[in-house]
Amino acid sequence: MANDTMTSVATLMRDSQKEILADWVDQQLKDPARTQAVPESSLRASSNEFLSIFQEAIQKGNLDNMAAPEWEGARKMLSELSASRALQGSTPSETASFIFSLKEPLFALINKQLGAGNIASSEAIVRYSKVLDQLGLYTFESFQKSREAVIRRQQKDMLEMSTPVIKLWEGVVAVPLIGTLDSARTQIVMENLLQAIVDTNSKVAILDITGVPTVDTQTAQHLIKTVSATRLMGADCIVSGIRPQIAQTIVHLGIDIQDITTKALMSDAIREAMERTGWSVIRNTSQES
Amino acid sequence: MVERIPILKIGETLLVTIQVDFHDRVALALQEDLTDKIVTHSSKGVLIDISSLEMVDSFMGRVLGNIAKTSRLLDCHTVLVGMQPAIAITMTELGISLQGISTALTAEDGMELLKALMSKKQKRVSHGRQIARK
Amino acid sequence: MVVKSQESRAIKNEDDIAVVRSSVKRVVALLNFSLVNQTKIITAASELARNVLEHGGGGEARIELVDEGDRVGVRLSFEDLGKGIPDFDKAMEDGYTTGKGMGLGLGGAKRLMDEFSITSNSPSGTKVSITKWQERI
Repeated sequence: MANDTMTSVATLMRDSQKEILADWVDQQLKDPARTQAVPESSLRASSNEFLSIFQEAIQKGNLDNMAAPEWEGARKMLSELSASRALQGSTPSETASFIFSLKEPLFALINKQLGAGNIASSEAIVRYSKVLDQLGLYTFESFQKSREAVIRRQQKDMLEMSTPVIKLWEGVVAVPLIGTLDSARTQIVMENLLQAIVDTNSKVAILDITGVPTVDTQTAQHLIKTVSATRLMGADCIVSGIRPQIAQTIVHLGIDIQDITTKALMSDAIREAMERTGWSVIRNTSQES
Repeated sequence: MVERIPILKIGETLLVTIQVDFHDRVALALQEDLTDKIVTHSSKGVLIDISSLEMVDSFMGRVLGNIAKTSRLLDCHTVLVGMQPAIAITMTELGISLQGISTALTAEDGMELLKALMSKKQKRVSHGRQIARK
Repeated sequence: MVVKSQESRAIKNEDDIAVVRSSVKRVVALLNFSLVNQTKIITAASELARNVLEHGGGGEARIELVDEGDRVGVRLSFEDLGKGIPDFDKAMEDGYTTGKGMGLGLGGAKRLMDEFSITSNSPSGTKVSITKWQERI
């Protein structure tokens, strides 16, 4: 009997797809959560596409497991839809109600064809309600996932951008660190710095922490790691930009920064680096104005 | 038969390029061979090039450290050159700091550092660096 | 989590450590790991393989490619039939060793990887599992 209902609903849907589509799009358009992110034409197109896929899937008869292969087409379409909507700037509830708003037109159709209030129609409604709930949750989850992927990518880009390695002079490179130095950041700083040392054949690297707001034990650990990796490569590392408060914190916390060369200002570090690489800066007094 | 890493003698220095996969036994054999050669040739410096090495684990780190310590007992300096960035990062994360080994970026810098270390004056060197010895 | 491929290597002598290293290297190259991460994984494998040999008197390494949908990874498990580890905390400490190494093996391997788990049925063997993940973008 359950099977009969399913196939009959599938047939129903096929026969009155136009009607449902109009009704459904209508529902979506008057949804108060709707933003202007998705234009009506594309809304209509994706609704129509989904109805065909949906009707094909229910015809195969598996209404219990949305992870089954019969539903692959529907899942694929929904995750693509969520991903594009996440990028377009739709809200999560707007995206999820794409599916939830199908309930009303579908149930109206079932009631109309099977007769409102009888066992067959209420049974069908309960079953389809479950199916649409599952698909709605799936859509919501996909939306969330695409958002997370966007955030992850942005984080990665930001990390890369926030750690430029500058060649200061022949044999001297510098990294001005801005922001908190956590372990993910340290990894990127180390990779970029060490690669720059190899590429430019630099003997001295300057790590400037003027833009690092606080130095705690963890941050100091990360600095020490970076310095020792530089040394293993055969280059010197000078840490500069140690503000007075930071110097006090380091002493207060009892952090042992071992034999790391530290300088208050980046200019001091540059002077030291030039000296170590055999350069000297001479001011030409005759040109002084 | 253990594979052996060739050791080249150039003047007062010995030159080693580690190219094969640095198996445990190959590493131990190198340590032995180097010690012998330092004594035979009264070498004053050893240059170890690890630029084609893919990884250094704590065992290899220890062998390299032991080579440096043994050489030092025989009045010979060791300089390690050409470590890849990926290896330096991994070793740091692992906790190996190779205390007591001098390092330099390239073989050329390493030779210069060795020369400076070997000269009696031990003046401050501009190229390459020497890790402070406690 | 789906295991996509799996292979095992016996660890009976020092040469097997190098065999484990090159097997791991081959598997890791299939994923999109950066050179630094590849080096970290191979180094961690080398440390743990040596532990199996030195403390467990030999055992086995299992190399698996795992898939979790939005990320893929490599999982390495090292099992020995040694005496087991009586004191975990002590064993994880850097510099603590009962063998002749630097005592960086366990703690070091943990720092190099994303996941680390250890089970020891003292007195009958130890199993260490490590995983490194790679986000799929």
